[in-house]
Amino acid sequence: MLKLEVRPQPSKLMSMASPLLALAVTVVLGTILFALLGKDPLRGLYIFLIEPVKSLYALNELAIKATPLLLIALGLAVCFRSNVWNIGAEGQYILGAIFASGVAMQATPSTGGWFVIAVLLAGVVGGMLWAGIVALLRDRFNANEILVSLMLVYVAGFVLNYLVYGPWKDPAGYNFPQTITFLKSTQVPKLFTGFRVNAGVIVALVAVLLFWVLLFRTYAGFQLQVGGLAPAAARYAGFSSRRALWTALLLSGAMAGLAGGLEIAGPLGQLTPYVPAGYGFAAIIVAFVGRLHPVGIVFSAILMSMFYIGGELAQSRLGLPKSLTGVFQGLLLFTLLAADTLIHYRVRWKSAPHAVAPAAPATPVLGAPSQKGA
Amino acid sequence: MEAIAHLLHDTLNAGTVLAFAALGMLINERSGVVNLGAEGMMLVAAIAGFATGVHTGSDWLAFAAGAGAGALLAAIFGVLVIWLNTNQYATGLALSLFGTGFSAFAGIKYTQEKLSERPHFEIPGLADLPLVGPALFKQHPMVYAAIALTVALAWFLYRSRSGLVLRAVGESPESAHALGYPVRRIRLLAVVIGGALCGISGAYLSVVYTPLWVEGMVAGKGWIALALTTFATWRPARVLLGAYLFGGVTMLELFLQNQGVEVASQFLSMLPYLATIVVLVLISRNATFIRVNMPASIGKPFFPGG
Repeated sequence: MLKLEVRPQPSKLMSMASPLLALAVTVVLGTILFALLGKDPLRGLYIFLIEPVKSLYALNELAIKATPLLLIALGLAVCFRSNVWNIGAEGQYILGAIFASGVAMQATPSTGGWFVIAVLLAGVVGGMLWAGIVALLRDRFNANEILVSLMLVYVAGFVLNYLVYGPWKDPAGYNFPQTITFLKSTQVPKLFTGFRVNAGVIVALVAVLLFWVLLFRTYAGFQLQVGGLAPAAARYAGFSSRRALWTALLLSGAMAGLAGGLEIAGPLGQLTPYVPAGYGFAAIIVAFVGRLHPVGIVFSAILMSMFYIGGELAQSRLGLPKSLTGVFQGLLLFTLLAADTLIHYRVRWKSAPHAVAPAAPATPVLGAPSQKGA
Repeated sequence: MEAIAHLLHDTLNAGTVLAFAALGMLINERSGVVNLGAEGMMLVAAIAGFATGVHTGSDWLAFAAGAGAGALLAAIFGVLVIWLNTNQYATGLALSLFGTGFSAFAGIKYTQEKLSERPHFEIPGLADLPLVGPALFKQHPMVYAAIALTVALAWFLYRSRSGLVLRAVGESPESAHALGYPVRRIRLLAVVIGGALCGISGAYLSVVYTPLWVEGMVAGKGWIALALTTFATWRPARVLLGAYLFGGVTMLELFLQNQGVEVASQFLSMLPYLATIVVLVLISRNATFIRVNMPASIGKPFFPGG
């Protein structure tokens, strides 16, 4: 029967191969799912994996979707590496969007193009504030950050709802729950004419670089990682777990808030009840699949964006519900976690153990010393 | 008077949803396994129960379907976490995310569906008592089942041998293993039963509490149930009381709206979630208190044979 045997050392090969293995298994399961739904599996796979990268337009849409995922996942990677479980990134993203909108609404037709910086900074502040609540409650009251950050996601949703149905509703918006469409001065400049992709992609890529430097080239990053991997050693070395907690949460809150701000200053252009698109949760998967490494996260963000776009295409081309995306994303994380076992364990074929009769009476143990030349 | 009786009735109703899920999580955590997938399991069970109810017209089959769905998902989780030793928190999260996506996907066809005429339950005679009558004796049988379950679970944990073994596995799986108990199988059983109870909770939600299906209808109750297990310090009676308390907070929202309180509805809707945070903060302040009551091996992987 198959047995799992501990490897003497975690396998570096499997470390990098397991996301690919997980993807392969997800693809196989997806094929089965398509077949069960009565759709041509090959067509389904084509729509999910090939179409999103087929043309420049597709790549541009991919970049737009990948930007928030990438940004949030970078922050989450720092969090998870420090063993701080910030599950509420979605709420921080929403607050970032709210704060960014609040500032964006102040723009007048005569505001200069620099205003977008203020909008984005507001987003960062909003996200940091929301994450700061989690940090405070954990720091002062030892409250579990998973539950607090999650509860705050729901609260954030209600705050958004209140604003767009109430005080921030566009009076000229035919009573739809939405704010005014924000002026051009609040918008991030687009990169190429004719395509929606904007400078947010540049921001994201710069962030990748900065996070890589933070995690792998700074003392602070080192402290964070040790705190997560070996808390007792970190304490012994005098690394402040409190500072790690605040750093991790404020940083990931800032990134989530920035992502929210970029969406407001970019593709969305106004605040609506549909701002929460689940990016905060998808980013958790992006972070894990990317092995909590900035470069890996770039690839996994692209992969997840392909799932998003594939889901939308599957809806328009195959008539499948968009929620298929969520199924694939969940499956991917499951298979990744299962595949990760192979990093620490080897699979071995072992024959079933049979009862071993005692080889000899106990006396030989006592008899042995005579050989040692007592 | 009428209004208060209604409030009490609805509190018990709402509390039952949380009670089943939280009791299931209690069994889980008593064996040392944290299943953060409660929300996902409840969602999948809700759609499974609703769909079964729509197709068969039988509520009891719906409950069975919900329990089955929860148990199945929990079993997958259990194998990953207990045999492959994957990180319990990450795997539970994966289950929640998967369950959210899968339930939305599977439920697409059911958003406009309705169940057959909902039966009214009441205990004859007792139901006519003033105040207590409508509050306590006009409830769905599952409400009484939840109370019975609490009592049974308390007896099981503290007065039976198997309950002792379960608690032992949760406190020190190594010791239990050394004594010859099949730790992993006990944990799997606990996880599956916990999942089945979450499933019953989800089915109750979509078949009794609000007989409809809407994407994401569990709305965080799975997470609240998890929090509940913590602040009830893993004791069944406290879990039930906590569940009713939270049910009451949820009902307060509707009650206040009906009374015409001048607060935007969204702020009232936030109440259960804010209440969870507040109670969590209050209970967690004393870290020693939590540590003393928490099953010691929660979240830690177990390797038989060292």
